[in-house]
Amino acid sequence: MKPARTVLDAPDIARAVRRMAHEILESAKGTESLLLLGIPTRGVHLAQRIASEIATIEGSEVPFGSLDITLYRDDLRLREVRALEQTNIPVEGIDGRIVVLVDDVLYSGRTIRAALDALADFGRPAAVRLAVLVDRGHRELPIRPDFVGKNLPTSQAETVKVHMVEIDNEDSVTIQQASA
Amino acid sequence: MIGQHLLSAADLSRTDAVQILDTAAELASVTDRSVKKLPTLRGRTVVTLFFEDSTRTRISFELAAKRLSADVINFAAKGSSLSKGESLKDTALTLEAMGADAVIIRHPASGAPFRLATAGWIRGSVINAGDGTHEHPTQALLDAYTLRRHVRSGTGDLSGVRVGIVGDILHSRVARSNVELLTTLGAEVTVVAPPTLMPFGIESWPCSISFDIDDVLPSVDAVMMLRVQAERMAGSYFPNEFEYSRLYGLDSRRMELMPPESIVLHPGPMNRGVEISAEVADSPRAVVVEQVRNGVHVRMAVLYLLLGGLPESTTGELHEEGQVG
Repeated sequence: MKPARTVLDAPDIARAVRRMAHEILESAKGTESLLLLGIPTRGVHLAQRIASEIATIEGSEVPFGSLDITLYRDDLRLREVRALEQTNIPVEGIDGRIVVLVDDVLYSGRTIRAALDALADFGRPAAVRLAVLVDRGHRELPIRPDFVGKNLPTSQAETVKVHMVEIDNEDSVTIQQASA
Repeated sequence: MIGQHLLSAADLSRTDAVQILDTAAELASVTDRSVKKLPTLRGRTVVTLFFEDSTRTRISFELAAKRLSADVINFAAKGSSLSKGESLKDTALTLEAMGADAVIIRHPASGAPFRLATAGWIRGSVINAGDGTHEHPTQALLDAYTLRRHVRSGTGDLSGVRVGIVGDILHSRVARSNVELLTTLGAEVTVVAPPTLMPFGIESWPCSISFDIDDVLPSVDAVMMLRVQAERMAGSYFPNEFEYSRLYGLDSRRMELMPPESIVLHPGPMNRGVEISAEVADSPRAVVVEQVRNGVHVRMAVLYLLLGGLPESTTGELHEEGQVG
């Protein structure tokens, strides 16, 4: 197997996160009704980073939390039972807010489909947007991101991995070629 | 993972038990949402098969299954084929033919859930909701969950936590399951009862034994008062209720002996004035109502962990004489 190739390093990720924070602010016209929800596990750390970038840019705090989608997955019965991750919806709730879902990699779109179902059970947001660090293509559902760190054309045989300091001791995005 | 069935608290490793309790803590938040339902077990069928009267355990399981979107069928002994003398096997074969993915069974005979799970009559999961004087594992899980939220400032670690279980240990499946589970989780359990209500072989249980409640109360983090089960009192185990209450009942005077942060549990239904006085039952230190609420979350966790993944029936085949269809 070939070694994994690094496509984004730590400064690249920092720049991408900063740009996404600006784009989110621009599209939401400020922080007024904004709410960031990360999808565990790396999406949560990404949401936290975007929130702190926004705080630096605008000087006002944006509520952020986490949304575990395990119980809404469409492939639960295809695998061993999965452990649950934390769901933490800020006390403000999601009603009438612009909710930005944050995930590390967008691939089939099935995770986001599950997240949309989960959100509907928590309330009725004014709008739902999607921010991802990497869009690697190969969608299986009619879902597209609003804010993208990096578009990364891949083959389905390849593996894309996002590493974050909070979990993996380093910031990087790597792509692993399939073994021939 | 906890396997296909939940028959006994003694079967659970510490990892299994902690996983159930952590899952329950996540599932508890569903109660705070606008839609109190999850789609997770959509299309699964859960049967409650109750050969003994029980309201709270059955509706707790029913609510837990419904919160996870499973279809629930209630099969009670009264007014069904069970009262016409149908055998457990034929009932099981009927439920299998109807496609039950899980059977939650309460039975007066100890070991009935084990028989149902291992005889090869059904493919689905079996959950023990109380069998004879043997076990009631989900009650122990909800008690452990409640303890985790209260003792040690809610940090969730029960290592070294001291729990007194007081009352009819002899007939109590709640006591047996709690001794097993709490010990697995690292707690130190002391059972307290008159000698006539101690089971034979209690010395081999992983707990301390006392005959004097006043001796035990000053050092507990929690005390669990068991119900005096009139329906199991065919023999004379104590002279009368007043004597029992005087010697083993928890009243305000005795509660004063307990450390200030300690709590009082009771599996319900309570006999006010017998094992627990009305003042204690209504005091903020009694967490009886919270136990009921936590029971739903713990049962949701058990159902999710048993039914939420790959169906066992695709790997396990029916064996023995129980082939159906």
